[in-house]
This record gives sequence, structure tokens and C-alpha cells, in this order.
Amino acid sequence: MAKTIVVTSGKGGVGKTTSTAALGAALAQRGEKVAVVDFDVGLRNLDLVMGAERRVVYDLINVVQGDAKLSQALIRDKRCETLFLLPASQTRDKDNLTAEGVEKVMEELRKDFDWIVCDSPAGIERGATLAMRHADIAVVVTNPEVSSVRDSDRIIGLLDSKTAKAENGERIEKHLLLTRYDASRADRGDMLKVDDVLEILSIPLLGIIPESLDVLRASNLGTPVTMSDNNSAPALAYTNAARRLAGEDVPMSIPGEKRGLLGKFFGRRAA
Amino acid sequence: MTVPVTNLTEPDERMSENSTDKRPIRLKGRSFLAIQLSPELPFDNWLARLDDLARRSTGFFLGRPIVLDVEGLDITQEELKDLIGELGERSVRIMGIEGARPSILGLGMPPAMKGGRPAADIDPDAEAPKPAAAQAGSSAESGAAAAAAVAEKSRPEAQPVHLAETGQLPSLVVDRPVRSGQSIIFPEGDVTVVGSVSSGAEIVAGGSIHVYGALRGRALAGSVGNSNARIFCSKLEAELVAIDGLYKMPDDLDRQLVGQAVTIWLDGETIRADRL
Repeated sequence: MAKTIVVTSGKGGVGKTTSTAALGAALAQRGEKVAVVDFDVGLRNLDLVMGAERRVVYDLINVVQGDAKLSQALIRDKRCETLFLLPASQTRDKDNLTAEGVEKVMEELRKDFDWIVCDSPAGIERGATLAMRHADIAVVVTNPEVSSVRDSDRIIGLLDSKTAKAENGERIEKHLLLTRYDASRADRGDMLKVDDVLEILSIPLLGIIPESLDVLRASNLGTPVTMSDNNSAPALAYTNAARRLAGEDVPMSIPGEKRGLLGKFFGRRAA
Repeated sequence: MTVPVTNLTEPDERMSENSTDKRPIRLKGRSFLAIQLSPELPFDNWLARLDDLARRSTGFFLGRPIVLDVEGLDITQEELKDLIGELGERSVRIMGIEGARPSILGLGMPPAMKGGRPAADIDPDAEAPKPAAAQAGSSAESGAAAAAAVAEKSRPEAQPVHLAETGQLPSLVVDRPVRSGQSIIFPEGDVTVVGSVSSGAEIVAGGSIHVYGALRGRALAGSVGNSNARIFCSKLEAELVAIDGLYKMPDDLDRQLVGQAVTIWLDGETIRADRL
């Protein structure tokens, strides 16, 4: 049974693409078949972060418009054979994405894959609403600062009203992925604390990704951070988040906080 | 359908020096429940059915605000004029026309209306016998008073409200958080939110607003002119609170109340707040 995930945030630059690549790679490394789909038509980046920018022949728009078959557009990852990328078009306009076309592509992907991870563009316009439209699960990427939190709140509202699930009277599963978290800055009050964000957004926590140079380095190398160095703090955090998505019970830890405090957060299981 | 509400208090900053009265001019929106009539072609047949309805519930349309919805009807200005005439003969008075092309609206016709929101369906058979409500209004415009029952102001506190008289009191319960950008508009009565109201969200209620959670967005109670409406919340962090068109910004509120469980009410022309 395929599961469709949308990685979304409202605000730009919070780490949607990085998180899509990292979660997709981590799920694929479990041996499950994963497609990561870039919905950011005109500003595509997922191909760069996945290191596949020189292998793009056909893209999502070609498939939506029927110019190419899905199998022609999917790019198999060179490092992990169960990981595939469906790139966005960089030259076409996002108005070429039609609701019917996207629905057809998503249905076809569901037949072939265990996980479909959709990278949503920033904003709340057409691209973002189409990316979330067919999702079963939403991963809401949020930075610990007020504007990102408010935009995420707005997106959660849309997830509850504009998705196919919501329109059928079901509720879409929503998870919070807190990225670029710096415990020492949160302690000084320069950043919102984990509990502050959770209180405002009131959705279950999927993971906390620490602010780290490893993330930037991996992006520039074209490697999902979960593939570059499995032992770096962000890679571990993403891998654990992926395990929680897959239904495993992994205790939550706040990166950079002292061990003694961890016990407090064991009770907060990601639902 | 419901006519949208705009409650504005306009502080007049350009008031000249020799003016003695410094009271602000209050521009108040009011929301009335209008009945929407959607005629169907051919009009003869539709008018016959309307007559039939009128026979069953005598005086149903009398004095009620009616909005004519002609969306999607391919008719000329003449035909529309005739229809309004036919309705006039049946004592159906049109306050506005919705969904009409500007070209078919001529002089002497009711104005074009837009932005109406759907409200609950009205059952004429259940509505027809309304002696109690009409007498309570006891004014010449008793029919309109029934539709604007919520707007009835300054009812003496001692007088008990008879539920049997007013029928079911409308209220809305929202059992999930109200997110940024969402707006809950319920001119018919009270709104209760079980959860928080986020920054950038908005609750507009004809009656009182109850928030069992943090109120971080805007809350506008008594929006149809109900000065007895109140706002209750378990944690006050609001961006704006308003009752009956008078509003307060967070900076005007007592700092000590922020973050507390608070009730907010209107005392004459002043918004007051206190811990619960």
C-alpha cells in the first residue's frame, strides 16, 4: 500500500527540499521503493540536492502533458537502487500543472512505489496546493522562529481543507519536522523552544533536525544528508524521523541538550 | 444568505479645534438574514409554484428582505423587469439582485449585490406561525424584527429569556484549532472553540466567543450589534478584541492580563477585561 507524503511549510528557505531528499533517501535505505517528486516548477532544486541535475531528460510537466511516459522521466539514484527522482521542469510555467494530470501521475506512482515523497514549493498557490492535494501524510517543515511558525499554521489549515482527504471528510495525518534547531540559541531566547512551537501548532512531532554545516555541505555535494555521513547529527535525526514515519517507535531527543533532560521527552512520542 | 458584516469605529483625527463634541462617528455594519429567491425558467411555471407556496404559508414574504438570484439565467432586461413586477404584485419586495450581468440591470431596479454567504435553509412551513416573535418586536416593522432578532439591543437583564419563544438558540462549536488565515464567521450566535485561535486567524460572532485555549488571533463578538456579547478565553494573547464594533488592540489591554484566562465585556462605550 503506497503512502504519499507531502513536505510543505508555506515559508521558503526552511529546508523542504533538503528534508525531502533526506527523508526519501532514508526510507529507500530501508529497502523500500521510494519516489521523490519535485513540484517546484520553474524553481526546481531537488535534482541538485539529489545530485541528478545532469541526468534530467523528461520532467513532471512532460508526464502530466503526456509527452513522456512516467518510466522515462523517473531517474534512478546511482547510490541507492530503490530511490527514484521525478524532477520538475525548470523552463515551463507552473500553470502547465493541471489537477487531472497530477492526479493521473500520482495514481500511476502509487502502483509502483511504497513511498511517494512530494517536495512542495513555498507559498500557498497552485503548486503548493497541488503538491498536497493527494497526500496521505504531511510533513510540515518549520524553523524555530515566529514567521515560519505562523506560515506553517496557515499551511496546516489548508491541509485540513484543501486536500482530497479533507474533502472526503477524512483527516490528513500531519507531522512537525523542526529544522535548523539550535539548542543553545533557544536557551538564550534567540529562538523559539520546541515546546513553544508545539504549543502553537499542536501537531505531533516527527523530529528535530539540528542546525549543522553538514546539511549545507551535503547539499553542495549533491548528496542527501542521510547518505553522505550516516553518523552526523542531522543524518541521525533525519533517519530517526524516517523510521517514525515508517511506524517505528523511536524515542525523541533534542539535539544538543544534556542527557539528563532527555527523560522528559521520552513521553512525547511521534504519533 | 447572510449579508456580510463590517463593524468599524472611525476615530476622527481631523476634527477641527472649535468642535466640542469629540465622540467618534461610529460606522456599524449590520447583518440580516435575507431570503434568497432563485427563479427558474420558464417564469410562468416558477411563479405558479411560488403562488402555491404563498398559499400554504400566508404572509411568508411579507416585510422580509428578499434577494433575487439570477445567476446563470439567460434573460433580457425586459424579462427581468417583468419578473420584478410580477413579484411586486405578490408583495415580494426585492432588496437586491445577485448574479446579474450589469447590462440587464436598468434604472429603477434594485441594486446589484455580491459577496453573500450561504446560511441555513429556511423552511417556510416551520417559519409561518410566528406570533410570539412578532409581538415581542411590537413595532411597525415586526417582520424585519424577526429576522434581526439577534440584533435586538439592550434587553433588560432581569427579564428572563424564554427559550420556547425564540426557538432554538444558534451556536457553533469548533472542535479543532483555528489556524492562521482561517476565519470563522457566525453572525447567528455564539462561537465556542475547543482549541487555540492562532495569530492571523479571526472569529466573528453575532453573540459571545468562548475559546478553550490560547486566543492569539482576532475575536469580534456581538458583530451584529449585540453589546451584551462577551469574549472568554483560557489564555489571552489576542491581536485584536472587539465587541459590538468597539475594539481594543493588545497594547491597550492591561499587561497583567496577557497570558491569563480572561473575560472581556462592554461597559457602556468601554471595553473591560478581567481575569476569570
